[in-house]
Amino acid sequence: MMNEAPLAVILAENWNYLVVITLMMSGLFIVISRFNLVKKLVGLSIFQTSVFLFYISVGKVAGGTAPIITGDPDTLYSNPLPHVLILTAIVVGVATTALGLALVLRIHAAFGSIEEDEVLAMKAEDGLPRVRRILEQQGDRLGDRQEQAGVEGEAEK
Amino acid sequence: MSIYAIFNNLPALLVVVPLLLSPIAALIPIGRLAWVVALVGSGVSVIVAILLCSVTASGIRITYFMGNWPPPWGIEFVVDSATSLTVMVMTTLAFLATLFAGRALSAEIAAKDVGKAYSAWLLACGGLYGLVMTADAFNLFVFLEISALASVILIALGAGRDRRALIAAYNYLVIGAVGATFYVIGVGFIYAVTGSLNMADLADRIPEVEAGSIVFIGFGFMVAGMLVKAAVFPVHIWLPAAYSYAPSAVSTLLAAIATKAAIYVLARIVFTIFGGVPEVTALALEWVVVPLSIAGIFGGTIMAIYERDLKKMLAFSSIAQIGYITLGIGIATGAGIAAGFIHIGNHALIKGGLFMAVGGIFLATGSRVSVMSMTGIGRKMPLTATAFLICGLSLIGLPLTAGFISKLYLVRALLDNDNLVIVGLVLASSALSVMYLWKIVEVMWVRPAPVDALEINERPALYIPLWIIAIANIWLGLDASWLVGAAEAAAASLLGAGG
Repeated sequence: MMNEAPLAVILAENWNYLVVITLMMSGLFIVISRFNLVKKLVGLSIFQTSVFLFYISVGKVAGGTAPIITGDPDTLYSNPLPHVLILTAIVVGVATTALGLALVLRIHAAFGSIEEDEVLAMKAEDGLPRVRRILEQQGDRLGDRQEQAGVEGEAEK
Repeated sequence: MSIYAIFNNLPALLVVVPLLLSPIAALIPIGRLAWVVALVGSGVSVIVAILLCSVTASGIRITYFMGNWPPPWGIEFVVDSATSLTVMVMTTLAFLATLFAGRALSAEIAAKDVGKAYSAWLLACGGLYGLVMTADAFNLFVFLEISALASVILIALGAGRDRRALIAAYNYLVIGAVGATFYVIGVGFIYAVTGSLNMADLADRIPEVEAGSIVFIGFGFMVAGMLVKAAVFPVHIWLPAAYSYAPSAVSTLLAAIATKAAIYVLARIVFTIFGGVPEVTALALEWVVVPLSIAGIFGGTIMAIYERDLKKMLAFSSIAQIGYITLGIGIATGAGIAAGFIHIGNHALIKGGLFMAVGGIFLATGSRVSVMSMTGIGRKMPLTATAFLICGLSLIGLPLTAGFISKLYLVRALLDNDNLVIVGLVLASSALSVMYLWKIVEVMWVRPAPVDALEINERPALYIPLWIIAIANIWLGLDASWLVGAAEAAAASLLGAGG
């Protein structure tokens, strides 16, 4: 049957899987390509959501109704198990996102930035970048601050 | 309730006890008491694991139906010889790490967080034990995420000492979540063509599936996800930072047991779930797992040679050691899998011991331990440094240490397969690992301590668990019959289950 129908028809009939693939790839791409830590989490959520849609699509039986007993023995039901599994996966996804956002908050408090490249460039005890920038503009007091950082900054050596 | 009821529920207890104690630990405001709770939890786990081992040693395969729902509908826990060996290694090391944490963890994190830290600690342990025992492909994902989220919290606790722990935790969270999601995608594909999630049931149904390409895709996603979780080169990126910025006790726990559980699951996927379709798994093992293992052995060792920070060096060396384990499993012969399981046990001991020793030195000197800051430590902290040396020699694989047994069986398994090139590579990598360890030994023992160095008192709470591990390393080097026997039984049960 697969070989008989033209590709476009197959794709159109399975458009839900096209949505899944699009979401999956864009989510994964965001996770990999963005430096902004919040955007990364957004990408991760999109990626996980695509999997939820995938499971729910798999569980749908053509012509089937919601799996609530109707009393009629001829009723065709959709498969409820993938839906239940995804309920669990949604909870896991929420927990992951919440923990990730909490970490981003802490990262922002500790580094003053949520851009991964900026944060990774910083050493263990560098001053907050925003504070440093302001101090550099003022041109004074920076020396004091660096001295302080030098005393505390054993960690990197 | 009779005593037999407890015996019948052993597999469930191993997960339930840590998970139930976890919220109790979180509610205890006194760090010391929370530690006692964690110690009780991990102690009970060890006892349960010993009982499980004694049952499976006689060849019995323990099955446990959660809520008495029979498979394939309900969630099933299966404990065979492979499971009980892995659980035994994990619980023992987790217990020793908890013993070590008593002083180490409270010294490194804020007093108000200690109770919550032990809560996450127990959650991570319970999740990892469940991960190993469950026979339900989706339930496995849930345990995977329980342990991953708890580990992320534990790693982030290192932020009190070094704020980069936050980044390490974040990256572990994101990369781990992507890995786990890959696994779920794979399960989705397999469920779509088989309609089952129970591993034994899947093993029966997969060979009958007509759509071979879907099975292959599902297998690929599941294995890829687990490779990320096991930190197999080149998807190890999260591991070095996570291990090196986490508090010492957490590094010890995670290095000893976290990746081991993922490797065990990898073996389960390959040999149990897809055991009936060797043409699918052989391709992946031969062209993906074995080459990546060898790349990891060399990549990890070379990165360790150039690394100056001691915890990071050990983390890179972990990547190389994980390579040895997956190499053994990748050759997919009975001897190879046995070698992999022997090294699961030995590497847990070795790396647990090394991270403990570095943790002890870190707590005594108060600064991040780099190779240079170890100068003269051999004379200042003789007990800790000697134990470090023993574990280090074991890591290289010197005779009379546990590491030698691992290498011996791995090389023997490779020779059985006529993989002479790989044998040469394994031996060459062992020689390379001498380079980074000698560097440490030299500064520790050969160079004199700086004149202005402080007097250091070694604390029994820190070196007693360390020495238990060091002695175990020597003992297993002298008499490895128990471990080798258990690993061979594990390999036989893994290969037998899939037919």
